[in-house]
Amino acid sequence: MQFNALTAHELHDKLVKKEISAVEITEAVFKRIDAVEEKVRSFVTQTRDKALETARAVDAKIGRGEEIGPLEGIPVVIKDNMCTEGILTTCSSKMLHNFVPPYSATVVEKLKQAGAVLIGKANLDEFAMGSSTENSRFFATRNPWDTERVPGGSSGGSAAAVAADETIYSLGSDTGGSIRQPASFCGVVGLKPTYGAVSRYGLIAFASSLDQIGPFAKDVRDCARVFSTIAGHDPKDSTSAEFEVPDYTSFLTGDVKGLRIGIPREYFVEGTDPGVKELIYNAINKFEELGAVCEETSLPHTEYALPVYYIIAPAEASSNLARYDGVRYGYRDESAEDIVTMFMRTRSEGFGTEVKRRIMLGTYALSSGYYDAYYLKALKVRTLIKQDFDRALEKFDVLISPTSPTPAFKYGEKAGDPMQMYLSDVFTISVNLAGIPGLTLPCGFVDGLPVGLQLMGRPFGEGTLFKAAYAFEQNTDFHLRKPNL
Amino acid sequence: MAAGYYSNKDGETMLTREQVEHVALLGRLELSESEKETYATQLNEILEYFEALNKLDTENIPPTAHVLPIKNVFREDKVCEHLDNEKALANAPAKEGNSFKVPRII
Repeated sequence: MQFNALTAHELHDKLVKKEISAVEITEAVFKRIDAVEEKVRSFVTQTRDKALETARAVDAKIGRGEEIGPLEGIPVVIKDNMCTEGILTTCSSKMLHNFVPPYSATVVEKLKQAGAVLIGKANLDEFAMGSSTENSRFFATRNPWDTERVPGGSSGGSAAAVAADETIYSLGSDTGGSIRQPASFCGVVGLKPTYGAVSRYGLIAFASSLDQIGPFAKDVRDCARVFSTIAGHDPKDSTSAEFEVPDYTSFLTGDVKGLRIGIPREYFVEGTDPGVKELIYNAINKFEELGAVCEETSLPHTEYALPVYYIIAPAEASSNLARYDGVRYGYRDESAEDIVTMFMRTRSEGFGTEVKRRIMLGTYALSSGYYDAYYLKALKVRTLIKQDFDRALEKFDVLISPTSPTPAFKYGEKAGDPMQMYLSDVFTISVNLAGIPGLTLPCGFVDGLPVGLQLMGRPFGEGTLFKAAYAFEQNTDFHLRKPNL
Repeated sequence: MAAGYYSNKDGETMLTREQVEHVALLGRLELSESEKETYATQLNEILEYFEALNKLDTENIPPTAHVLPIKNVFREDKVCEHLDNEKALANAPAKEGNSFKVPRII
């Protein structure tokens, strides 16, 4: 097998045993990118020179007989909405097409400290708004399992790069499903951590009360290793939580005997692909075989999650995106002679269709006369949605559902209809509204396309999610299958 | 119903063209005629979908703006590491001396 197709823990073992070098791993990844990137188009920017420099430093360290960390010398791709000092960070937007951040996001800094080899920045739906990566202002990323189909979104580039073995793992961000839905579509593991578990410092804000950064990985062990590295309190993010970060790999026991798994009936209603449903039921049977106790439960306010999300997220976005005015960074329209015209033209040209639609929606929901009817109402229903989870998670350790109602859809299929596009996030957004962790992992295929199983847990209960996911993964082989590119 | 709501003949919520223009101005967006049309139609479709929330009585439910039980987070008032002028200005579309340069304001 090619080095680029291995996991971080497999490569780490080989590095320690000196069977390979970090430079060889990095070059294997470059070779793969050269072979498939034209078809997949995951990358907005590649950082090959810096990557090789880092890899050489790791090799030198190994040569001196020093110990290396679990991610040291391992290639990573980062979604292009996280600031990387001195490296272009575009949000896949014309607005930031030339933005070179003067500082790095905390997660980027943490990975750097861990010796990770950054090989590039991944494509996304502009400002992380979308579910297919078709909203990138630069180009659309394709699904490695079927290049006629979308990789999901908004972290489509991060998901596709891992699935196509163009990297070993990656980071994405998830506001309403932007890690889990593309991970599901691309057949990889993805984690949306508990709100506050990972610092958002340097993550270009979309909806601040919902955004979280998390990993994409080829298996659960890698996902746990990456999360252990990036999690933790950060004084630079006042909404990051103070909590003890364990070594999450200690949860990978394979033992789920007695684990209480809830099946929320609202996630199994009409509208879900029958093939997807069948795979989730198979997964539930597998968990029962392994000794878990599965039982139906209810999250009664599920149907309201989508309207609540599409009020709160655009409202926060309209406020966050007010900073793009052509004054301090990014795109500026040069034709205007007064400042207000400059603001308006800069924003109209700098932002794409979906971003403008959400600014309009959010501005309207927050505007005088409508605030109570929309925004305040949505915040109140958010309380009800959160209470549903609080109640269900008192009784159950984990809740189980499909990650998305369908496998990857065709390129262009939903691009003209925002409501249809929004519906592909129907199973992922409640988790963001409630602030709890959600993990997706491969659970089978429908017509050759991967399907993801979503596990939802208590706040800061990622360990339990890893435990359940690992047990399932070790008793199935879906994560080992590779797309034919 | 909030003030300013408009209904079409089927009694559905309707965002008027004037409202679309007003919201665009608030968001500092200059929309083309065709964008105004498209957004009016699409936003109405989305707003109609929001009507589902009115089925719920939320009179006594507190709002959740944020899931973490944190209020104000303070730190000591002392100068920390910060960007120097040169770095802060590096991405500016236009600058002069130590300042960002903008078109005429008044």
